[in-house]
Amino acid sequence: MKESSGEPIVDRVLRHPFFAGIDPTLIHAMVSKAEERTYEVGDMLVREGKPAEEFFLIEDGKVALEVGAADRSVITVETIGRGEILGWSWLVPPYRWRFDARAIKPTQAIALNAAAARYALAAHPAFGYQFLTKFLPVLAERLENTRVQLLDIHG
Amino acid sequence: MASDTYPSVVHPAVPSGPVVSPYAPRPFVVRSRTQETPDTVTLRMEPRIPGDRLPFQGGQFNMVYVFGVGESAISISGDPARPGELVHTVRAVGKVTNALAALAPGAVVGIRGPYGRGWPLDSARGRDVLVVAGGLGLPPLRPTLYEIFRRRAEFGRVEIIYGARTPKDLVFAEEVRDWLQRREMRIQTTVDAAGRDWYGDVGVVTTRLPDARFDAARTTAFICGPEIMMKLTAQALVQRGVASDAIWLSMERNMKCAFAFCGHCQFGPAFVCRDGPVLSYKTLAPLLAIKEV
Repeated sequence: MKESSGEPIVDRVLRHPFFAGIDPTLIHAMVSKAEERTYEVGDMLVREGKPAEEFFLIEDGKVALEVGAADRSVITVETIGRGEILGWSWLVPPYRWRFDARAIKPTQAIALNAAAARYALAAHPAFGYQFLTKFLPVLAERLENTRVQLLDIHG
Repeated sequence: MASDTYPSVVHPAVPSGPVVSPYAPRPFVVRSRTQETPDTVTLRMEPRIPGDRLPFQGGQFNMVYVFGVGESAISISGDPARPGELVHTVRAVGKVTNALAALAPGAVVGIRGPYGRGWPLDSARGRDVLVVAGGLGLPPLRPTLYEIFRRRAEFGRVEIIYGARTPKDLVFAEEVRDWLQRREMRIQTTVDAAGRDWYGDVGVVTTRLPDARFDAARTTAFICGPEIMMKLTAQALVQRGVASDAIWLSMERNMKCAFAFCGHCQFGPAFVCRDGPVLSYKTLAPLLAIKEV
């Protein structure tokens, strides 16, 4: 993983599809500790069981969500790409990652600080509501996709 | 736009020449056998009677007869521009298909067909084309993909989404890799689950739709795969603005006679063997909403 430089991070956050429609002044409260990141193929973004201290806006590339156990090899259960958001464990106690995330293409992302985000959501309830109305459909869509996967639709 | 309204019943004229049973198969010889996945093979065949060509339209099927075992409806997966060669891709799931999948070069099978209505490619002229295949849904679409490649200038954007259970379940793997390199279309492959040696997408085919580039208002979609996959994909496309009469699905039912006589393949008012297997979502949507039809 290495740092990259470019346009102001807040502008990139504002341009990310996830934040479309959210009041920009409120977004500023959330991005104070945001960092831009680039990952090479194989780099880990998060590791299962570790504290979920940030979450990611994927600007480009592709990330595999992986689960593994001692008695079986690592399995990718979902991929996340450009324009998507990675991570919800930072929002739900005990704030620990439930899976591994590994770059499978060169990936550019913005890492948002989880503590700063939680503080912003709590301190600005209107923003918190706006944010959650954007976040909930993402979770709902992923839950629905998981259910559809269980139907073995590619069988 | 093509129409899939059902034809009225036409009683055939009494033949004046020798009567040939519509059940009589034509002999074809297996020339090669390719193991696509652990349970799926592609058989390339040629007519045993020289010159016995078999012109077909992409999406049509044959009744393939393994002598002494039985007959099964199998979509044609070869190139329509090569009617002297017959290609079928078969997954070994039952008595007949297990016997078919076990055939070696030199074996002779019986062929009746081609039957049914295929993909209405002409209805897509001047429009974007979206092809979505799930699992063994790619073989019935491959003939039409060959046709699209040959007639590429007639269409707008061409997008292909192909999903399988795992990377090992992707059929025509080498050919798909070749398609990935082609610039005249975009292809996305996705699987339900994968190991670390897979660098493609993981997720159901509908998750790839947001990345597909097409103008919904002028898109024709061809979808083939398990019924639930076709239904969910069609619903997602309608939600995105694709007209239901521009979405085409290939239905699978228990075909026996293959000429709308026995009724085994009846699906609502349609005989899938004659009126399908390719039918528009506009026609199918009310039937797909009924459980266990």
